[in-house]
Amino acid sequence: MAEENRIQRPLSPFMIGPYYRPQLTSMSSILTRITGNAMIVAVFLIVWWLLALAAGPEAFATAEWWITSWVGNLVMFLSLWGIWYHYLAGLRHLIFDAGKGLDIPTAEKLGWICVYGSVVLTILTVIIYWI
Amino acid sequence: MRYLTDRKRAVGKGSAHSGAEHHWHMIVSAVALAFMVPTFLFIFGNALGSGYEAALATFQKPFVAILTGLVLVVGLQHFQKGARVMLEDYTSGTTRKLLIMLVAGLCWSLTAAGLFALAKIAL
Repeated sequence: MAEENRIQRPLSPFMIGPYYRPQLTSMSSILTRITGNAMIVAVFLIVWWLLALAAGPEAFATAEWWITSWVGNLVMFLSLWGIWYHYLAGLRHLIFDAGKGLDIPTAEKLGWICVYGSVVLTILTVIIYWI
Repeated sequence: MRYLTDRKRAVGKGSAHSGAEHHWHMIVSAVALAFMVPTFLFIFGNALGSGYEAALATFQKPFVAILTGLVLVVGLQHFQKGARVMLEDYTSGTTRKLLIMLVAGLCWSLTAAGLFALAKIAL
């Protein structure tokens, strides 16, 4: 009986492209989702690294070799940018949640701050690691 | 004139009836992570590639162990709730339910594994 009443519930439509011109606010929003979800890759590597550190020198050497190989370095570098982007976009979300910065000029300015700010913070972090 | 706050009017709405609580949890964990993540990035980045002895010494420190544990628990709960919203946007039916369960299992497994490693390193 419940079967008969089943209806196709609508999913939120994918707006960008057919209905919506790509713009800074929507692009910087979707990038928040992409960077946030992609963070699971870095979490996997970090937990693996911690488990290897707990297991002993041999397991640790293997994990370090992979994570600091050029592929590992690339993944970690992209994750570093990803976390900084997600960090700034998250702060912007908190500002939006407070009902502030929702007018278009301010929203666009905040979007550019996320984009440029994440690049600057990534470079700064890498410099700090080198020192 | 309405005496209800915006929050009060949002509570219980939507098909899940728990969206306001979900959103509030994201805010709380986001603020917590905003304080913890920069310090963690600094500590982990310096420990990575510093060699076995140095990395062990770093993660044996109580502050580092506790901070890493908190980042894992709060970070993965934040991830679980965020990933769930993405799944609810793009999938439906049984696929959605299975993927939500998979993400929950993945997050708790990673949390447990990380905490186990931290405990073993510290003791």
